[in-house]
Amino acid sequence: MSDAARPVPAEQATPASPTPIQGVVITDRERDELRRQGILLTSLQELYTWGCSNSVWPLNFGLACCAIEMIAASMAKFDIARFGSEVFRPSPRQADLLIVSGTVTKKMAPQVIRLWNQMPEPKYCIAMGACAISGGPFKQGYNVLKGIDRFIPVDVYIPGCPPRPEALLHGLLEIQKKIKGFKISGPDAPRHLREDINCHCPVPEFGEHDLEPPTNPEFWQAPTIVRKE
Amino acid sequence: METPEQIRDRLLARFPGAEITVVTNPGTAAQHSLLLGAAHAAAIAQFLRDDATLKLDQCSNVTGIDWPEKEIIESTKTTVPDPAGGAPKVVETKTKRLQPGYLEVVYHLYSIALRHGPVILRLRTGNRTDQVTVPSLTPVWRACEFQEREAYDLYGIKFEGHPDLRRILMWDEFKDYPMRKDYVEPDDYEWEPTPHGAVLAKAKTHYPSPAAQPPDEPSVASAKEGAKP
Repeated sequence: MSDAARPVPAEQATPASPTPIQGVVITDRERDELRRQGILLTSLQELYTWGCSNSVWPLNFGLACCAIEMIAASMAKFDIARFGSEVFRPSPRQADLLIVSGTVTKKMAPQVIRLWNQMPEPKYCIAMGACAISGGPFKQGYNVLKGIDRFIPVDVYIPGCPPRPEALLHGLLEIQKKIKGFKISGPDAPRHLREDINCHCPVPEFGEHDLEPPTNPEFWQAPTIVRKE
Repeated sequence: METPEQIRDRLLARFPGAEITVVTNPGTAAQHSLLLGAAHAAAIAQFLRDDATLKLDQCSNVTGIDWPEKEIIESTKTTVPDPAGGAPKVVETKTKRLQPGYLEVVYHLYSIALRHGPVILRLRTGNRTDQVTVPSLTPVWRACEFQEREAYDLYGIKFEGHPDLRRILMWDEFKDYPMRKDYVEPDDYEWEPTPHGAVLAKAKTHYPSPAAQPPDEPSVASAKEGAKP
């Protein structure tokens, strides 16, 4: 079974388009019926993504005011534990999710990228708030990185200044949705399951006027926008 | 508390030959300050801290100011008598004068023991390029240490006698002084949604104009307009 066989309401399941796997044809309706009788049919891929998506452990790491909202999301009122992400790890070696919560200064950027490199795969990145996305209100500042996506790959962007905890929870659900869509083999597999992708992000050096290099062209290039005359 | 003029007179009696000028503040705050020469500044600061009637035991703030070179136009009016016997003419002559630039450090002092203040001290450097040294007041008020480092970092003012003069906000390899008026920041924000003023002038170097766009490539602006019914 593929991920097309995820549980859906019975009336939405279409018996006309069954999913053939190794010669077995079973519809979602039949599978739901089997589950009611105590027989669980699943695939390794489904089991893998189900497990991954429900225990996304964030790194215990905050940069600015967005971190306060992140902390609020983990406390009793918003309760990120409902989604399996309450275990904020103090070590990047044990974390799955980097929430870049706040302004990234150029002086801090190499440390953020180093933390990202120290996290084991599979790992995900949320750019939380206007500053982490684009520099936000400090965009024209000389010491502010104009978006963490210039150096590390970002999975989910959460706009806001700062975003509400509900927005962070929504971002987490989007990450979970993304993980549940993963294939564990083939060309559509995520980067950590493929041999041909180097997951290491180069750490920029402190230069005399700016970071060297100022961006990682592999992840980010300046958009071409035409000015209205 | 004594007025700045009274403090100056007392200081001149105590330190004969010291350069002390009262700089008046024409604003409503009317916080007048004492401009000190570099030679006696540290001794005067020590005196202000230990003097029984002032007891300025707290340095609350140290800040830097950049005064770039300024062209000053002075106009003088002279009355020329008319040789024909008519009314005398008023002739206005304008002279241009180049006021050399300098850097300035401002210290705000308070007395916690006697609950008065502030007394404001100013120190000036010789110019903005090679004579940028002023005496450090960190040996007198320990609280100046980080703030003098900040003035060194952002303005390039060197404090003679500072125990640990390093950059504090920017990285050590950084060569510029970002708070100086002639600082040129790295050009690293390529896209601005609503540019105006100086940002618009900067954005124009990044945004190609519609005329410069090759005709076969539809521009972003025209694609948007074309989408409208």
